[in-house]
Amino acid sequence: MIWSKHSISSPSRTDARLAGWLSIAAGLAAAVLVLIVLFLLHESWPVLNRIGWLRFLTDAAWHPSEGLFGLAPMLWATLASSTGALVLAGGLGVASALFCRFYAPPSAARPYRRMVTLLAGIPSVVFGLWGLTVLVPLIARWQPPGASLLAGILILTLMILPTVALTADAALAAVPKAYLHGAAALGMSRSGTILRVVLPAARSGIIAGLLLAAGRALGETMAVLMVAGNVVQTPHSLFDPVRTLTANIALEMDYATGEHRAGLFVSGLVLSGMIILLAVAALRFGGARSHV
Amino acid sequence: MTQTLDRHSGCSPSIDAGTYTVGPLQSGPPCCVPEPLIRVTNLSVSYGDHPALKDVTLDIYKGCITALIGPSGCGKTSFLSALNRLTDMIPGCRVEGGIRIGGQDILAPRLDVSALRREVGMIFQKPNPFPLPIRRNIEMPLREHGMKKRADLDETLERVLTDVGLWAEVKDRLDKPALALSGGQQQRLCIARALALAPSVLLMDEPCSALDPIASGIVEDMIAQLRGRYTVVIVTHNLAQAKRIANYAAFFWLRERGGTLVEFGHCRQIFEAPAHDLTAAYVSGMRG
Repeated sequence: MIWSKHSISSPSRTDARLAGWLSIAAGLAAAVLVLIVLFLLHESWPVLNRIGWLRFLTDAAWHPSEGLFGLAPMLWATLASSTGALVLAGGLGVASALFCRFYAPPSAARPYRRMVTLLAGIPSVVFGLWGLTVLVPLIARWQPPGASLLAGILILTLMILPTVALTADAALAAVPKAYLHGAAALGMSRSGTILRVVLPAARSGIIAGLLLAAGRALGETMAVLMVAGNVVQTPHSLFDPVRTLTANIALEMDYATGEHRAGLFVSGLVLSGMIILLAVAALRFGGARSHV
Repeated sequence: MTQTLDRHSGCSPSIDAGTYTVGPLQSGPPCCVPEPLIRVTNLSVSYGDHPALKDVTLDIYKGCITALIGPSGCGKTSFLSALNRLTDMIPGCRVEGGIRIGGQDILAPRLDVSALRREVGMIFQKPNPFPLPIRRNIEMPLREHGMKKRADLDETLERVLTDVGLWAEVKDRLDKPALALSGGQQQRLCIARALALAPSVLLMDEPCSALDPIASGIVEDMIAQLRGRYTVVIVTHNLAQAKRIANYAAFFWLRERGGTLVEFGHCRQIFEAPAHDLTAAYVSGMRG
């Protein structure tokens, strides 16, 4: 009798203990998010309390020492660099995933996939280093000064490309074989199958990956700081030097005090808000896949 | 009335006598004029080193329903997939021998496989509508093959959905997702999708086995009504179903290495007077 020693009406002690430990660990992880947001709110409170949210958007410039807190130029720089990177990496990443899944022979697809995975592991500062020494001079020869929104976009593209390519690849792999066989049995060409069956079926997974990549692009600091020029201005062309919100925090945190410091925390709060929203959207899209 | 007639006509003596009457849906020639449409000679299919089917020679007659019966793993599905070259999609799959459909050698390397698959439709065991609205499921393959005019698309949509008895059920929700349909409706939608391309042959791989008995009965009646207009090759594990709807039956069995064809003949002969002991044991439920 297996049951002779234990009662079957209650779970074993070991189970209960493990469940306890796991729930503590999970609770900690969840608490960290809440604590960070609370901390950001607390640190930005002095300035938020005095001038409110709106001035951060409407102030003409960012001169915290003179009481001007305009984040708009940097917000635009952040949005422009991330959007540009998302468009480029989205196209490239989905195309490479499609190639990998449907056209490349397995002998090429497997090493390729591994290389993309490794690309995801390269530290951002290395991308920055390469951008600073290779990409920026290259752009400068064409359109000085070189350190620019374009450089930022290109570096971000490289950085988020693996995220897009790998999530798109996973989404394509999850398309049921039955759809592929069904399409083939209807005499559909490979390109027709991809456009009309595979992409619609994998859409939510691909979008979830793009949202995650967008979050990464928005939050990226070091590499963009190294190549984008860091002039606080609303970009009017791809070749204008720009400063992103993240770069602003990294550059000024060192010496900021008082309301200036609190103003930097506000930009941190804005960034975290955008990224949390993106993550929630990504979860919803990822979750929607099973219901399509 | 016609439905019941059709349903039981599979093994009825009238078939061979040429007095077979067709139902209203059957505009084609009466069934079982023994004119071979598909001629399979010495067909072998193997996956890597593993032979799935060996040396099958068989004629499939135009406008008739031919049932492939036999235990699992004896190569019935491999046989079916060779007929529309779906075997091309399986890495390491080799097909040897000859298959001619309407005189055309379909194993020729330079064959237009897309055209073949339009001519030879396939229905799978598990209904596989695309995750798209009902309308788009039918229209997408049509557009892919060049039908662009709205009027043509609408006409085809209504015609094929009517053919599978789905029109009345779905005409008010054509833009709703196909995956929201019941299993039996999904399978009929898949059949309609295949019919839309105006094939001459329909391959069916256990089309009712994933359905509940009622849905299965509806789909079966519908398949029986395709007789005459289409040449149907159906794999089924349901012997009673084969008996009810098929004109011809081919009995496959698993030999030591790979499946083979044991016996082929009129459905009635296979079930009532099998020539082979194995067939007799299988159809009487003693083996397999």
